[in-house]
Amino acid sequence: MTAELTSMTAAALASAVAAGDVSATEVAQAHLDKIAAVDGQVRAFLHVSADVALAAARAVDASRAAGRPLGPLAGVPVAVKDVFTTTDMPTTCGSRILDGWLPPYESTVTRRLRAAGAVPLGKTNMDEFAMGSSTENSAFGPSRNPWDLTRVPGGSSGGSAAAVAAFEAPLATGTDTGGSIRQPAAVCGIVGTKPTYGGSSRYGVVAFASSLDTPGPLARTVLDAALMHEAMSGHDPADSTSIDAPVPPVVAAARQADVAGMRIGVVTELGGEGYQPGVLTRFGEAVELLESLGAKVVEVSCPHFAYALPAYYLIAPSECSSNLARFDGMRYGLRAGDDGTRSAEEVMSLTRGEGFGAEVKRRIILGTYALSSGYYDAYYGKAQQVRTLVIRDFDAAFEQVDVLVSPSTPTTAFRIGERADDPMAMYVADLCTIPSDLAGNAALSVPCGLAPDDGLPVGLQVMAPVLADDRMYRVAAAVEAALAGRWGHPLLAGAPDLRDGEREE
Amino acid sequence: MTETTPGLVSFDEAVTRYDPLIGLETHVELGTMSKMFCGCPTAFGAPPNSQVCPVCLGLPGSLPVTNAAAIEFTIRIGLALNCSIASWCRFARKNYFYPDMPKDFQISQYDEPLCTDGWLEVTVPADGAPPRQVRVEIERVHLEEDTGKSLHKGGATGRIHGADYSLVDYNRAGIPLVEIVTKPIAGTGELAPVAGRDYVTELRDVLRTLGVSDVRMEQGSLRCDVNVSLAPKGSGRWGTRTETKNVNSLRSVERSIRYEIERQAAELDAGHRIVQETRHFHEDTGTTTAGRSKEEAQDYRYFPEPDLVPIAPSRDWVEKLRATLPELPSARRARLQAEWQLSDLDMAALANAGALDLVAETVAAGAAPADARKWWLGELRQRANAAGTELTALGVTPAQVARVSELVASGALNDKLARQVLDSVLAGEGSPDEVVAARGLAVVSDDSALLAAVDEAIAANPDVAGVIRGGKAAAAGVLVGAVMKATRGQADATRVRELILDRLSQP
Repeated sequence: MTAELTSMTAAALASAVAAGDVSATEVAQAHLDKIAAVDGQVRAFLHVSADVALAAARAVDASRAAGRPLGPLAGVPVAVKDVFTTTDMPTTCGSRILDGWLPPYESTVTRRLRAAGAVPLGKTNMDEFAMGSSTENSAFGPSRNPWDLTRVPGGSSGGSAAAVAAFEAPLATGTDTGGSIRQPAAVCGIVGTKPTYGGSSRYGVVAFASSLDTPGPLARTVLDAALMHEAMSGHDPADSTSIDAPVPPVVAAARQADVAGMRIGVVTELGGEGYQPGVLTRFGEAVELLESLGAKVVEVSCPHFAYALPAYYLIAPSECSSNLARFDGMRYGLRAGDDGTRSAEEVMSLTRGEGFGAEVKRRIILGTYALSSGYYDAYYGKAQQVRTLVIRDFDAAFEQVDVLVSPSTPTTAFRIGERADDPMAMYVADLCTIPSDLAGNAALSVPCGLAPDDGLPVGLQVMAPVLADDRMYRVAAAVEAALAGRWGHPLLAGAPDLRDGEREE
Repeated sequence: MTETTPGLVSFDEAVTRYDPLIGLETHVELGTMSKMFCGCPTAFGAPPNSQVCPVCLGLPGSLPVTNAAAIEFTIRIGLALNCSIASWCRFARKNYFYPDMPKDFQISQYDEPLCTDGWLEVTVPADGAPPRQVRVEIERVHLEEDTGKSLHKGGATGRIHGADYSLVDYNRAGIPLVEIVTKPIAGTGELAPVAGRDYVTELRDVLRTLGVSDVRMEQGSLRCDVNVSLAPKGSGRWGTRTETKNVNSLRSVERSIRYEIERQAAELDAGHRIVQETRHFHEDTGTTTAGRSKEEAQDYRYFPEPDLVPIAPSRDWVEKLRATLPELPSARRARLQAEWQLSDLDMAALANAGALDLVAETVAAGAAPADARKWWLGELRQRANAAGTELTALGVTPAQVARVSELVASGALNDKLARQVLDSVLAGEGSPDEVVAARGLAVVSDDSALLAAVDEAIAANPDVAGVIRGGKAAAAGVLVGAVMKATRGQADATRVRELILDRLSQP
């Protein structure tokens, strides 16, 4: 029964709980048991909170017993990326500098998920302050890819992706700044969505780069991602950049799962040289599949996407250099060197030196430089111009097609340590995902098979215009259904069974 | 801190050889109900850190949301200062580390201020000459959030250096703050210190009239930074400026400008260069000392605030705000001066005494303008001066003054009695009518009661009576005085005189 519960989709679990076939408490316990069994190997979680999970589950069961209406995710466990503030679980952002911080307020996204009946299991590992593509930048050590424990699960939402792929949770929250939801989803063989910027609230999401950060869902199926997307999104008056518009009908679109007559553009610039052949093979097959399902596929050029990555590495660090200034040891979190002899300035400096990891420091320094007097125009200013050009490329493309597609990542999951000392190699993991972050449009990654060269998952990225998030769910659901039909099972059914794996400590 | 000042040059001497150029940056805390980017209250004087939330504490993950009332107040200020209002502008982050700034950046405005290019007309009194009108050009009016407040404990200066420890109160963090920056004000010569003071006074009155701030300098809701530079007389070659920070009273504005003119003149006379720096003003000594120099100045790394959407006030809204501006102090002064038929000098005297509003309210309560002026600038000002307080703090209301004035006009009180009534009102004995009733301070108008006193006075002063009978009516004053004394001042002196002359003309 337990194994069955953890392999069920969120949609199926919500139905079963609502129908009384299973209690939310049983569902929660099954997932807690699974975490206990496999997380020693996967290391997806920084903090598991059985008390919080079981209390939430019992509340769902009590509601049902009392005949009260249940939310759309009632009884469905969710893993929460450790960048969302939660009042009953610590929030560290994978950083020493916030070790032990218990926020006094709840993020909008987790508040909405709880209101929808979701059951929080704990907080998942991430690259420190969401800066990275592998979780290797976590101060608490890397998470592992459930497909191959010697490989990274991607990042920065790598803990969330690993938890979902390892069947520790059917759903997880992530945040996407340069690809931090889609890239780990792709390399873990699951679905991950970056909604339209402003479609999901940033309130209570510890900021990395404010103009880019976008919370979104990670799930094993397109419909599950859509259910979570719908539950967590919508206008939030506490976030000035939140869009005051209805959530696009993503659940209906996921159920529609039909691409007949849709115009789909393949982005010329996102492929070719530098991409892993196995990735390009599976991507090519996915495009053919879409065509066979009745879509009209054309090639579309987005010439400025080539400059998106460097522009991103000026804008995101600039914003982060300012956003992370507040971690100064004065009010919360780590304080270093306060022995009564040092000035506030010295304590701030020692705290930041000790509390931040190397990648965070690198980006703070990059951003500080890019914003400094005399360099602003050449760096931050120029990057903003590139951003405008990328937006125009998307605008022009979406005049010709309904959605754009590309590989989600240039390669499959790389080995832990392989790129740790080479920032540039690490940065290109987000080559395909960054344009949509800069432009603020919606994008998701859906599994499209295992690369023939290494047997690891490959993601198909589907990009849609601002507030047309529903379109990409139609496409992704159609691909998912067609591939499952072809393979005879979902992709993850082919992942190694971690229950038999040896527990590492 | 090393001061190299080679003594001072006297102010009079300094302004004969140098032209001063001044500029003022004024920070005004807006009187909105809630803070700039969160819902916390803004009341002054609450227990430390009792008016805070995740947003104004800058907790990780919290986000600002702009207070629409603060935008409206700022636009109203801009309109009152004859500024252009931007149709689209953004907030910017000003980045620097300081413990009283919760986010270690301040949300401010940089190259896109909400209001630009305005002016404010200021009347500057000049010794022995008609007051001068000075048009102060306003460069910009922008909106930002205030910081928290640091209290440095221990150490001699109250500043962070040398303190044993520091306490931070974040109640003030996030209170909406408007910064009003003038263009350099030239051509005021020896009047520069007074002009600076009068600009801030006029600005304060405008802000008070708009109802956008309680403008209390002593509580820090209005604070000034004062820029001063000098040029050799008539040369137009302006030297380096200094910026004196946190000058927090009208008097200090004047004194700090005066001191900087004296100090800079001495430096220049000695052949030194003026260092571009911020300076601190010391209330006790009236002097300034060096703070941070330009070389140490920080790079604030301004960039557009990505957490906030741009401000885009519609033209319709701006015009609606313009149409609903109250009558501003300068327009009101012009109207009252015409209504009261006063000269420029009389008007300036009223303004200087801080009596304009009091007189206007006294007139509104029914007194004749001349009478209202007489009372406030005469008796009441003497009493305020004697008590070392402002007219407004004296404890008598314009309505009470109007009532006393009315009692005099009707003959119920004479001036002497009226003064007694006011003294009793000031002493807290109640309203004028209550004082009159309680003390029986009414003019004795009953002739029969007066005649007895008149006869007594004549009887007691037979010599004087004889002189009057002999035709010297002017001598009656002695007898009038005696009667007034006998009636404790409550008689109508004119009537007493009539009665005395009448008595003594009888055969």
